[in-house]
Amino acid sequence: MPTYQIDVNGTFQSVDVSADTPLLWVLRDHLDLVGTKYGCGIGQCGACTVHVDGIAMRSCSLTLEQVKDKSITTIEGLSEFGEHPVQQAWKEVDVPQCGYCQTGQIMTASAFLESNPNPSGDEIRNAMHGNICRCASYNRIYRAVEKAAENMD
Amino acid sequence: METNGKMAFSRRAFMRTTGLAGGGMLIGFNLFQACKPKVKLEPPVDLSKLQYKDFNAFIKIAENGVVTLFSPNPEIGQGVKTSMPMIIAEELDVAWKNVHVVQGKLDTENFDRQVAGGSQSLRHGWDALRQTGATAKQMLVNAAAARWGIDASECTVSEGVITSPTGETLGYGEVVTEAAHLEVPENVSLKKPSEYKIIGKNAQNVDIDEIITGKPLFGLDYKADGMVYAAVVRPPAFGQKLVSFDATKAMGMPGVLDVVAIGEKARKLIEAHPNLGGILSESDKVVVVAETTWQAFKAKEAIEAEWEDDSRMESTEDHDAELNALLDGKEFNTMREDGNVEKAFAEADEVLERTYEAPFLPHNCMEPMNFYAHITDEKVHLVGPIQTPAWKAGAVSAMLDRKPEEIELEMTRQGGGFGRRLYGDFVLEAAEIADKIRKPVKVVYTREDDMNDGIYRMALKYRIKAGIKDGKITAYHLKEAAVNSNMYGLIPNFFPAGAIENYKVDAAAYKSNITTGAWRAPYTNFLAFAEQSFFDELAELLDVDKVQMRIDLLKKVDAEADERIQYSPERMIKVIETAVEKSGWGNTPSNVYQGFVNYYCHNTHVAEVADVEIENGLPVVKKVTCVVDCGIVVNPLGALNQIEGGVLDGIGHSMYGDFGFENGKPMASNYDRYRLIRMKEAPVVETYFIENEIAPTGLGEPTLPPAGGAIANAFKAATGNRLYQQPFSKFPELLKPKEKEIIG
Repeated sequence: MPTYQIDVNGTFQSVDVSADTPLLWVLRDHLDLVGTKYGCGIGQCGACTVHVDGIAMRSCSLTLEQVKDKSITTIEGLSEFGEHPVQQAWKEVDVPQCGYCQTGQIMTASAFLESNPNPSGDEIRNAMHGNICRCASYNRIYRAVEKAAENMD
Repeated sequence: METNGKMAFSRRAFMRTTGLAGGGMLIGFNLFQACKPKVKLEPPVDLSKLQYKDFNAFIKIAENGVVTLFSPNPEIGQGVKTSMPMIIAEELDVAWKNVHVVQGKLDTENFDRQVAGGSQSLRHGWDALRQTGATAKQMLVNAAAARWGIDASECTVSEGVITSPTGETLGYGEVVTEAAHLEVPENVSLKKPSEYKIIGKNAQNVDIDEIITGKPLFGLDYKADGMVYAAVVRPPAFGQKLVSFDATKAMGMPGVLDVVAIGEKARKLIEAHPNLGGILSESDKVVVVAETTWQAFKAKEAIEAEWEDDSRMESTEDHDAELNALLDGKEFNTMREDGNVEKAFAEADEVLERTYEAPFLPHNCMEPMNFYAHITDEKVHLVGPIQTPAWKAGAVSAMLDRKPEEIELEMTRQGGGFGRRLYGDFVLEAAEIADKIRKPVKVVYTREDDMNDGIYRMALKYRIKAGIKDGKITAYHLKEAAVNSNMYGLIPNFFPAGAIENYKVDAAAYKSNITTGAWRAPYTNFLAFAEQSFFDELAELLDVDKVQMRIDLLKKVDAEADERIQYSPERMIKVIETAVEKSGWGNTPSNVYQGFVNYYCHNTHVAEVADVEIENGLPVVKKVTCVVDCGIVVNPLGALNQIEGGVLDGIGHSMYGDFGFENGKPMASNYDRYRLIRMKEAPVVETYFIENEIAPTGLGEPTLPPAGGAIANAFKAATGNRLYQQPFSKFPELLKPKEKEIIG
């Protein structure tokens, strides 16, 4: 099996995995970073969202070959103690019900606000539309993104 | 104040205290024993002999005053891990910020209602949780009073600090060791709702910090030393069974440790407990065991398996035909009958009859089914997300012929439940695998496994017929035809039972090999749409106001005279009137079309009004006004989340949820072909609570059923078309406004 050096949350990690292994399972099973969730495995639900060079991407659909020279950030690396404004907004609004999809939602929202710090309502809805929340906490997700945008000003 | 009177209990039987070796006090209480006064628990003569197994919930008060509550019920996103401890903390009189909450373990030996289901956790726990907190507080006060040499009634308490008349103070932590050795008092007084400091205030999810930072909380996140992963090759279609398989290719793949077949133990279990046949396949399955999840998933695809048809290979058209035949036939189980509907129909001036149809639905918990099992000669260790831990631990005990006390089951936080995790077929699977390979192992479903080896909401149809005589509704006949099972016995006593003189509910089922079961708000999740659409049509036929017709019917109900009636007409009228006021019913701008629904289920009364506007030629749900009477609202912040989620879930599934079969094979297996509601389809939800001092009821389910009816009635107002089948998105021609509506 090939050995890959990948930069996860600012640390270079060496992993031996077959070339087709999705980043998602490397994070979860090899690096113990289980905050990145498995939901569908085909890039449809967004539970596995991470940042690759600052862009929100679906880790279930990325191989290590595709990310080996890039910088990967997971929920564990978004902030040290959950102090990122998006995480704080999620807490303030008390978004989660079951909570399973929320790390993926937070990763999508944080990358989005980085590129668009003052979004309109429609822009928030478009940005978050790709992430499924089966508990349907959508209205709180929307309010948390709005609040995070305010707090990031 | 009203209590849940049917759940009275003796405090002596359910609560014990003991001192802790390291200082502090442990209060054990039996939350579910408290609901079942028939079961006797002999008090231990010696407190030092207090056994963990005698109790299923605990409060620990440490010498530093910190309170830890071990919450017994499974947390599936419904918020009980926050709200149940809030009730204890209120009566214990401690500051909520000083309370830590820990998920309790299962005690399989003594108790059987450690369940998340039916929106019952809060309702059942209300009295016991309050009594426990208040009793513990009284013991702490008694200890302080004894030290001061005064009467306990002279002391006051606030947030864990006891104060004497002369101004001396003692924290709970300072008297807790003495308190642990005092007699458990009887007849403690409970707070009045006006005195509440925690109940009724917003409390954040107790796991919020762990959730937003991605800590390992869920079953899929659980790891143990030496743990391996299992992926399971399941029959591709319902009705098929395994003939043979070739694992040569899979065994040569990276990380693959073993390939085994399972099924024998599950079949023996079904033989002994035939009711489990409804949730378990009788086929063998092929299990790939590997070092990582991905390796197991990949190798599973490389298994070459041969399957044969073992029973009828059913398709959606078959279910449609079978259910129609049941509705047209005469074989029904009559679940309630008042008066004589046949005679009333014969005498009626007019008869309205409509049929409503719904497909199967998968649960689609975001966290796919999974479970950890490690089985040795000494012990069976099970960990994971399960709504019914006791039931499943018992089944594992029976399946593996192991003593109940050898089984330890730990619950993780659960990435959604919706009824799917009631069944625990995945627990049995994990146990059979672990018993065979004797390694710590976690079975993980792919999303495709999760959607295609489901225990679905059954396809079902309702036919409703009403008779009208002299402008009054004189007869009402509801028939249910469903795959595998019929509505539970309380439902025929929901509205409009009691409001119509001649009333009958009939049910019939077609036995299928497709596994079905409870799905968030079983039966009512579709029945509410059917009945509430029908009421609207009745009002149109009678040419009366839709809301007034419902109120007039409710006013005829004498719930005191008929103890079978489940709902309160007075509470229902109050939610209806509040919904009329808050939604601006009948007073909206001309571009807003409204649909009205009132509904009772799971002990909670709800009214919902959907506002629809036409955008780009199509109706769009913009807002839902939701009025809820769930008694005392324990945690408004959590309650609002449940209510909004229920409304949006109800809209999502009635709009998009479609799941069919072709020759036993599910027609969708992932989110590319199965649509769930997403953010842009989510309307605003405005919620209003009816304020009262009635004991609280649950919120995990009650707001879901009315939502489908509310939007269907609003679509009718907007388009002129009435919808009879779910999901609505399958009928685009009916979602277009009729021509005259556009011109008008």
